[in-house]
Amino acid sequence: MDGKGIYMDNHATTPLDPRVLEAMMPYLSSVFGNAASRSHGFGWEAEKAVEAGREQVARLINAKAKDIIFTSGATESDNLALKGVVEFYKDKGNHVITAGTEHKAVLDTCKALERKGIARVTYLPVDQYGRVDPDDVRRAITDQTVLVSIMHANNEIGTINPIAEIGKVTREKGVLFHTDATQGVGKLPIDVDAMSIDLLSMSAHKMYGPKGIGALYVRAKSPRVRLAPIIDGGGHERGFRSGTLNVPGIVGFGAACELCRIGMADEAQRVLGLRERLREKLFAQLDDIYLNGHPVHRLPGNLNVSFAYVEGESLLMGLNGSTHPIVVGETPPIAVSSGSACTSATLEPSYVLKALGVGDELAHTSIRFGLGRFNTQEEVDYVAARVVHEVQRLRDLSPLYEMAKEGIDLKSVEWQRE
Amino acid sequence: MAYSDKVIDHYSNPRNVGSFAKDDPDVGTGIVGAPECGDVMKLQLKISEEGIVQDARFKTFGCGSAIASSSYVTELVKGKTVDEVMKIKNSEIVQELSLPPVKIHCSVLAEDGIKAAIADWKKRREPAPAVAAAGKR
Repeated sequence: MDGKGIYMDNHATTPLDPRVLEAMMPYLSSVFGNAASRSHGFGWEAEKAVEAGREQVARLINAKAKDIIFTSGATESDNLALKGVVEFYKDKGNHVITAGTEHKAVLDTCKALERKGIARVTYLPVDQYGRVDPDDVRRAITDQTVLVSIMHANNEIGTINPIAEIGKVTREKGVLFHTDATQGVGKLPIDVDAMSIDLLSMSAHKMYGPKGIGALYVRAKSPRVRLAPIIDGGGHERGFRSGTLNVPGIVGFGAACELCRIGMADEAQRVLGLRERLREKLFAQLDDIYLNGHPVHRLPGNLNVSFAYVEGESLLMGLNGSTHPIVVGETPPIAVSSGSACTSATLEPSYVLKALGVGDELAHTSIRFGLGRFNTQEEVDYVAARVVHEVQRLRDLSPLYEMAKEGIDLKSVEWQRE
Repeated sequence: MAYSDKVIDHYSNPRNVGSFAKDDPDVGTGIVGAPECGDVMKLQLKISEEGIVQDARFKTFGCGSAIASSSYVTELVKGKTVDEVMKIKNSEIVQELSLPPVKIHCSVLAEDGIKAAIADWKKRREPAPAVAAAGKR
């Protein structure tokens, strides 16, 4: 616990692991060469570091190093995968299949492709836990389908999709399969061969690496995936993504992948233990709270809970310390996030929760806890106690809680909508 | 999101939280908003025979700005006549709490809440129609 409080928002980003920073330092100072400079030692040294990083990234997902294309992050990777495939295979077809719970980097890219009239997109539904049914994928594939894009683990609710089963369907049907694995890479085993993945997006800053660097895995063999680039220039990264390589970023990304690969089993177990401890404490002490997402098929560090009758932003405000303007250290603020409308730019509650069939009234009360490598049991115990305290305080302020306790069915009330 | 000091103050130390008995003839109750919209305010005013607001209570489900808006209006209405209360504009709340544009709807809801409470109070003071009372079981 430091002065800024407790960080439990590890789906948004993760802190840089000090070991990653250490690996990066020389490339932020003395080793400054351009990896594309072929004529001197400065370039050679940078290139060597890039290729070592590429190997480390590839190994984490059981890919070949040359199939890793470095990008600025997962949003760019998603854009390149979707726009690149649709553009390159336009003579073969124009149909894309995705799901309603995807990250905006996929959904907004699909919307852009539709708006331009370049692609037709099917948005598959998900079950009550947020999972895509592989049979739905099978049924949606037509002779016009060029790409299926289904995320590995969801960023809000942590639900893990049956990626290997979906990969089996797409491989059988001869359709390319892209997965946005930003949240799952480094946390859970991912194998592009065993899961029949053709394209995979990932980002370093979600796995204790630096911001501004990510990758798109592009399968080169069986099948060979082709892409039209979205950034043209010097023909870097096999022509898929031009631009001088971010050498320190790549070195950090590689180091982060290596740390995740070596420590994955232990870390997943430990983080899962913390998550379950938090879940048990909250559910033991509070009534009318609901788990969003899958009870088992979910990221070890993800806990998404709706605290009925307490609006999410007001709870965030309490957890951020506004009711405790006391000495930081005694009651440090807690960083988490919410699916409430008030915390989004659009003033709409979470579309992911909506896709699960969670009502807007409960979506407004949802809080996402994202546990990670640097969280401790002491922090979990403190967070649980603070959340219980704040929820109880806000329920004392809540007319809905009062009505519910009086036995009024809130759904039968005629509300005065604005 | 940065909150103004006054929003934080009302959120941390809300004034006049609670409920009056709804069937008290001197109490007007206004419940506005909807759970699926993320905001519900219950504002109650205790009004004297002379039409002066003697006391107020609120409970709010909503963001910090919604809680602060309702807390502030419970202070604002006390001692005012019904006519004066009806003239309160949401802009006063916006100004007092320095609400950003995205939170203006919270102040609108608070204004609606007061008006609904007054309307309820006025309705209660009308003599109950004999038929409706008799038909009630």
